[in-house]
Amino acid sequence: MAEVMRLQGVRKAYGGGASPLVEVLHGIDLTLPEQAFAALVGPSGSGKSTLLNLIGLLELPTAGEIWLAGEPVHAATDTVRTALRNRYLGFVFQFHHLLPAFTAEENVLMPVLAGRGSVTSDDRRRARALLERTGLGTHAHKRPVQLSGGQQQRVAIVRALMNRPRLVLADEPTGNLDSHTALDVFALLRELNREEGTAFLIVTHDPALAARCERRIAIRDGRLID
Amino acid sequence: MRFIWTVAWRLLREGRFQTALILGGVTVGVAVVVYITAIVNGLQANIIDRTLSAQAHVVLRPAERLNQRGSEPGDVLTLADVRKRTQREATVADAATVLATVRAVPGVAAAAALAAGPGVAQQGGVRKAVVLLGVDLAGYQQVIRLDDKLREGVLALPAGAALIGSELAADLGLSPGSRLRLQSAQGETLSVRVAGVLDYGIQDLNRRRVLLPLRDAQSLLGLGLDVTEIDVRAERLFEAEALAADLHRATGLAADSWQVANGQLVTALRSQSASSLMIRVFVTVAVALGIASVLVVSVVQRQREIGILRAMGTPRQRILGVFLLQGALVGFGGSLLGAGLGGALAVGFTRLARNADGTPLFPIVLQAELFVSTALLATAVGVLAAWLPALRAARLDPVEAIRG
Repeated sequence: MAEVMRLQGVRKAYGGGASPLVEVLHGIDLTLPEQAFAALVGPSGSGKSTLLNLIGLLELPTAGEIWLAGEPVHAATDTVRTALRNRYLGFVFQFHHLLPAFTAEENVLMPVLAGRGSVTSDDRRRARALLERTGLGTHAHKRPVQLSGGQQQRVAIVRALMNRPRLVLADEPTGNLDSHTALDVFALLRELNREEGTAFLIVTHDPALAARCERRIAIRDGRLID
Repeated sequence: MRFIWTVAWRLLREGRFQTALILGGVTVGVAVVVYITAIVNGLQANIIDRTLSAQAHVVLRPAERLNQRGSEPGDVLTLADVRKRTQREATVADAATVLATVRAVPGVAAAAALAAGPGVAQQGGVRKAVVLLGVDLAGYQQVIRLDDKLREGVLALPAGAALIGSELAADLGLSPGSRLRLQSAQGETLSVRVAGVLDYGIQDLNRRRVLLPLRDAQSLLGLGLDVTEIDVRAERLFEAEALAADLHRATGLAADSWQVANGQLVTALRSQSASSLMIRVFVTVAVALGIASVLVVSVVQRQREIGILRAMGTPRQRILGVFLLQGALVGFGGSLLGAGLGGALAVGFTRLARNADGTPLFPIVLQAELFVSTALLATAVGVLAAWLPALRAARLDPVEAIRG
């Protein structure tokens, strides 16, 4: 199967200059095929967040190569990475991070608006269909504060999928939810992975959830372990 | 760009308290600027109006003649010994030619020749020193408006008639139709009939000025066909100084603008304008700082949202645009509110500050131009003030912004 993301010998160090150079990632090789549904697990301080930021094109590696959808991105400018994020990637954060000034539907449309500057009626139809698909059809015009935690996280997931990304990066998407809601949300991620054909990389602390993924990527002390 | 408009507008609406603070600041600032400008412009227009209602914009007189001392042999070299000669013969001989020359100079709206000199008015044993002013009434009225000054009688100067100031009329007990004996310094006398009484709004003129037909004044003052000055009305009031210089070059006569004739007034007006400008500049700076500081706080508060927007692929320029537009919107909105408030204050001032007879002290000048320029300025100041916060927002590193 074709790959969506490939990392080769990726290193990331912070500091330098006056402060000592600290290497957080010591040569990561990782390939994610299209439509993958993978968990990324590891203790705090293992370099998990840094790896996610590199894959999410939010940071650049100190050394090594990163390829997204066949394009080299390890030395891309901020402008290029911004455009690539908008086109190929979706983000789900632990604290959902919806924009409180906008309704659920507007939050879902935001990646389109942010990337293109305007939305079409097709975009609205897709946003509405995704919200209905996830059981939020009646909440489309509510503000985030009017929604429960689980509902907010589902809006955030729908938002991540709005631009039909190749890969969705989810940072502890259920970390903030009770166990029952967490299972629901996780199940939704799995279903959307199949329906939309989008690859998912999910950071989680929960071994039970990690076990439900197709693949488990473990990281410790800046190295991937099997 | 819809993203920029939508997000800027929503963030302003969402941050109601901050938006109200900024809008309040801009409103008060703009109101102060509009109010001060309207009051100062009104005051100055009124002062200039009153001053110039009985004064020509430029007055041409024969150049002063100075004694030139020839060099003399001897040990002592006197570099200069300049004394004024008596100005008896200082007249303009060829009035018609000079008038034609003056009228051909660009910027001249009207010009009139005058024969002026000192004299005495007598009536029933009372003698008053007066200024005799011989004019061609039709031509003179194009330079100095008289119809608004007529209190009694008619505005006409046939031979043997005179138009006198209102205080002179009171002092000598004269009314239209009364006869009046005029004597010039040269000893000539003339009996005239009062055609009308004028109120110049200036005590000195009301007490002393006697307008006569040009021919009568010329013979009374022993001038023959000469005139003593040419009065000029400029097309543009505030370019009178440059026009005076042009007229001097064209005619060789000494040319004094109203600014020179009213030096103290002009200095007073200039310092008033300067201090009102200072107030406006400092208010504008204060408003800009206010906008900037509230927007900086807003950027810090929204840094996580900005980080999310950047992560999902919002280009830096769009983030920059959002905050610049916020600055423009509060600047524009505040300028509308402030222009209304400032205008209302200025109108309220004219209601409160009144003369004893109930008329306003002076008319307020509220021009559409003032509102438009203030709105543009406030919008521009809003954008400029938003630059720093906007740059800060655009440069946020999404990773750090989201981490918080």
